[in-house]
Amino acid sequence: MASFEENTSQYSLIQTVLEGNAGDMDEKEREAVDHIKGDKVTQPVISLSYNTASIVAGADETFNAIRDYLEERDIDARLNVIGSLGLITAEPLMDVQLPGKARVTFSNVFPEKVSDILDAVFNNIIPKEYVLGQHPTDLHEPWENIAYVNELPFFQTQKRLILKNCGRINPGSIDEYVVHGGYRSFLMAIRNYTPEEVCTLVEDSGLRGRGGEGYPTGKKWKTTLNAPAEKRFLICNAGESDPGAFMERMIMEGDPHSLVEAVAIASYAIGAQKAYIYLESEYEMACRRLQNAIDQARDYGLLGHDIFSSGFNLNIQLHQGAGAYVCGEETALIASIEGKRGMPRPKPPYPSHRGLHNQPTVVNNMETLLNVPVIVRYGAARYKQTGTDKSPGTKVFSVSGKIERSGLVEIPMGVSLREVVYKIGGGVPDNKGLKGLLLGGPAGGALTYDHLNTRIDYEELKQLGCTLGSGAVVVMDEHTCILDTVKYYMHLLEEESCGKCIPCREGTRRMHEILENITKRPEEENGSFTLHRFKGVINLERLAHVVQDTSLCGLGQRAANPVLSTISAFRQEYEEHIFERKCRAGVCQELSTFYIDVDQCTGCTICAQKCPTGAIVGSAKKPHFIVQERCIGCAICYESCKFGAIIRK
Amino acid sequence: MDRDKLKKILERYPFVERENLIPILQDIQYEQGYLTEEAVKEVGNYLELPASKIYSVATFYSKFQFQPRGKFHIKLCSGTSCHIKGAARLEKKVYNLLNIMDGETSRDGMFSLEIVTCMGGCSLGPVMALNNRYFTEVTEDKLEEIIEDYKENEE
Ligand code: SF4
Ligand code: SF4
Ligand code: SF4
Repeated sequence: MASFEENTSQYSLIQTVLEGNAGDMDEKEREAVDHIKGDKVTQPVISLSYNTASIVAGADETFNAIRDYLEERDIDARLNVIGSLGLITAEPLMDVQLPGKARVTFSNVFPEKVSDILDAVFNNIIPKEYVLGQHPTDLHEPWENIAYVNELPFFQTQKRLILKNCGRINPGSIDEYVVHGGYRSFLMAIRNYTPEEVCTLVEDSGLRGRGGEGYPTGKKWKTTLNAPAEKRFLICNAGESDPGAFMERMIMEGDPHSLVEAVAIASYAIGAQKAYIYLESEYEMACRRLQNAIDQARDYGLLGHDIFSSGFNLNIQLHQGAGAYVCGEETALIASIEGKRGMPRPKPPYPSHRGLHNQPTVVNNMETLLNVPVIVRYGAARYKQTGTDKSPGTKVFSVSGKIERSGLVEIPMGVSLREVVYKIGGGVPDNKGLKGLLLGGPAGGALTYDHLNTRIDYEELKQLGCTLGSGAVVVMDEHTCILDTVKYYMHLLEEESCGKCIPCREGTRRMHEILENITKRPEEENGSFTLHRFKGVINLERLAHVVQDTSLCGLGQRAANPVLSTISAFRQEYEEHIFERKCRAGVCQELSTFYIDVDQCTGCTICAQKCPTGAIVGSAKKPHFIVQERCIGCAICYESCKFGAIIRK
Repeated sequence: MDRDKLKKILERYPFVERENLIPILQDIQYEQGYLTEEAVKEVGNYLELPASKIYSVATFYSKFQFQPRGKFHIKLCSGTSCHIKGAARLEKKVYNLLNIMDGETSRDGMFSLEIVTCMGGCSLGPVMALNNRYFTEVTEDKLEEIIEDYKENEE
């Protein structure tokens, strides 16, 4: 697969662009830049969105189909790789640009569609059934009657400051990144500003940490810059191990240079000569592309010693995580980079004074950093025009779950959740009702339908007991059981608790047990059992508060969030599970009761053979019955009956 | 793992620094699929750390393995999105079919199972991978078919 990811390097040309000497370029050089940029196209360019999401959807096969198509017909076209536009539901995406014409994106390009699409396109026809849209352009002739991509509901509300390159440029090419304005901010920072000034600029922009509570980034940087030390370190936390969050991975796969640039600026601002980017080793493609970007930047003199004669030295190192959710905590992350068990330690001392190797260290979340080049480029005042007063800028989300269009989304702060779910996401598929949202992973919170008008900013969400957290938005429909979901989160937290402090270690386990109890088939039917279970629920809330108040690090402190926020938002469902032993979503299998519809039953005996407890009785060719006392609710009969005779209630 | 390979890995880290521990272990695991006792001891000699310290670090992180993987390595996504679309049942199904749980390898060395947090296919969930092939919208029946297929082709 390497063949189409390769990129030729136009070293000297790109150096000229980086030096800002575009005015001195001759015609040929200018043309070459236009070429790299895609402003000038002399042969058809076919770009395939190639990343984890598209590979899962089948991009490898699509690539082969395109290559075969071109080879068989001996068509001279350039095959290019791009990142994802963010609309995962439409993957694999394929862009085609013919000389002089606007670039068009096709969606769900599976191998069997390739020749249909390309046959048509090469005959100057856009097959409407496969097209997503065309990209607006002043330089090329637009196609008639083809919608513009940026006007589609999924993209319309978005404002892509951070994602602007994703799905547009080749993530393997530093040249493409540079001609699209890349590394301009970094060079501007090291040439025109002192580190202090960069910190002030970021402070003025009002940028707040995207990972958690929203601490002002510029302020954090200044503390570190001003802490006396021989060395300082920057750590970028790109280890999103939250289930349901995939934004950071997609950005690293789609536009890795933007992260390298952001890290470089931040390192300069805090006086660090060494920076670490932490991400999970499981994200193989992201690791590979990021490492490639770092290497390219070094080759081009953008990293290393005395960068562009500024006197600034910087080395960026990738640190691959080995699977520990708790490393989302900054002190645990530091321990992990030092080669130790990733366990948090009490603060203070804060990492800004004593961090990695006991030196002042800034740990920033990846998305926070990605805002920095934008701020340097446009200035604080212009940056602040996006978003709300107290939460300027944009927020990137990964939207998934029971939703029509899932994907990577960037919106200005202050947009309502309703818009994210309905306008961008297209609502819940199959006309099902929306039950609620899970925001920010296990550490976040749950919101119901009634909260949909909530605007996305730090303050409003905090009032509801949620944080922006990891940026995962998981949509639940009526077939999602809230208890099952909380149980799932609690199971994860229980496993990932590092075990250092008792409230978190034991509390998460106990909370998980209580939830298990509530969703289990009761063993005996007498009143005291119900009472016992109910006591569990009362305790659950108290327990959650204790864990919240007494845990050492954020993992434990926030472990209560899913419980507390769902109890307050979905109390009725808890009560149904407890008192009525009913799971309205039909997910908690043990709480369902099964009946056989005598009119439908053919007496085929399959269910009776499969039932593990012998709860089904009846003779062949006669209707069967379920002896409820013996049934354990495993649903095996329900799944095995070919005649739909088994009814679940 | 033969000594030469291990040596080559260690040569990539010329400085004896604890910071290199996790990357070295990752390299070893990448090469041979899991961590052997010998390798751990060698690394200990090299980094001047007792083997117990290395085990204490390695066992803390879930991605380190001390058992070889199966010939067919199954990855099941347990991201939130896959979960609410029914991924939990698949884990049970694998257990019923192959008698293995997360991180385990079947006795005959054919199959191993790993639960991962997100495979990036949220809209197509539940997602599973077998070696490097992806399967989307996996149901219990589909899972059984896939596994049977692999078993048969093996025989
Ligand atoms: S709160 Fe939990 S994860 Fe954090 S230090 Fe304590 S035990 Fe470890
Ligand atoms: S499997 Fe269905 S049709 Fe056959 S005996 Fe059971 S309930 Fe009746
Ligand atoms: S749900 Fe399970 S235990 Fe109950 S009748 Fe059906 S097969 Fe038997």
